[in-house]
Amino acid sequence: MSKIRVQSTDFDISAEFSALTAGRADIGGLGCFVGTVRDSAKGRKITAMTLEHYPAMTEAAMARIAQAAEQRWELLGCTLIHRVGRLLPGDNIVLVLAASPHRQAALDATGFLIDWLKTKAPFWKKETFLDGAEEWVAANEADEAASSRWA
Amino acid sequence: MRQVKLLYFAWLRERVGVSEEDLMLPAEIGSIGALVPWLRARSPGHAAAFVATASLRCAVNQDFATPETPIAAGDEIAFFPPVTGG
Repeated sequence: MSKIRVQSTDFDISAEFSALTAGRADIGGLGCFVGTVRDSAKGRKITAMTLEHYPAMTEAAMARIAQAAEQRWELLGCTLIHRVGRLLPGDNIVLVLAASPHRQAALDATGFLIDWLKTKAPFWKKETFLDGAEEWVAANEADEAASSRWA
Repeated sequence: MRQVKLLYFAWLRERVGVSEEDLMLPAEIGSIGALVPWLRARSPGHAAAFVATASLRCAVNQDFATPETPIAAGDEIAFFPPVTGG
């Protein structure tokens, strides 16, 4: 039911949308979230963002997150695609699609999936600034709070 | 003595200086909580990586672990900062 992928290349939102809905008419609502690379952080210009992950664990952790969503909401399918490697401002980072017979479940599951991806999947972001300095992104307390509201 | 594989990610990897290492653990290192101070004493790089346990996360055999998680021979033990994907 869930499609999980980690890749360095970009994803095609329209193609993923079609793949999730192809041949079925029981979906009443489809939630979509796309995370992209912002060109600044804390007032500093960013020239690149590099995503590292734990290959042996990543897809299993993402599958557990999808399973948790499927247990909480009536989902007809979901898609989680996360990019890794070096990305540029404006590039896509992550795609979440959640299909359900009903709007509220689709929207809530989408919010849940991205909140949990941010706090429970082994990815780490490093930002490269205009002056060449590189810094690992610190975990965000707001992300942790957003994740724990689904507890 | 038990052999385990240690993996490090993000700034922990940079501070330790390697992405992975195979180590023989003394018998008394039975849990993640006991492993951390033992690793900290291995080198200045390890000491820098393991300086703040509040910003330390761990997985044993690709599953999130806690200080109480026991260690067995052959385990893959990964240390990393809090995740920042999404």
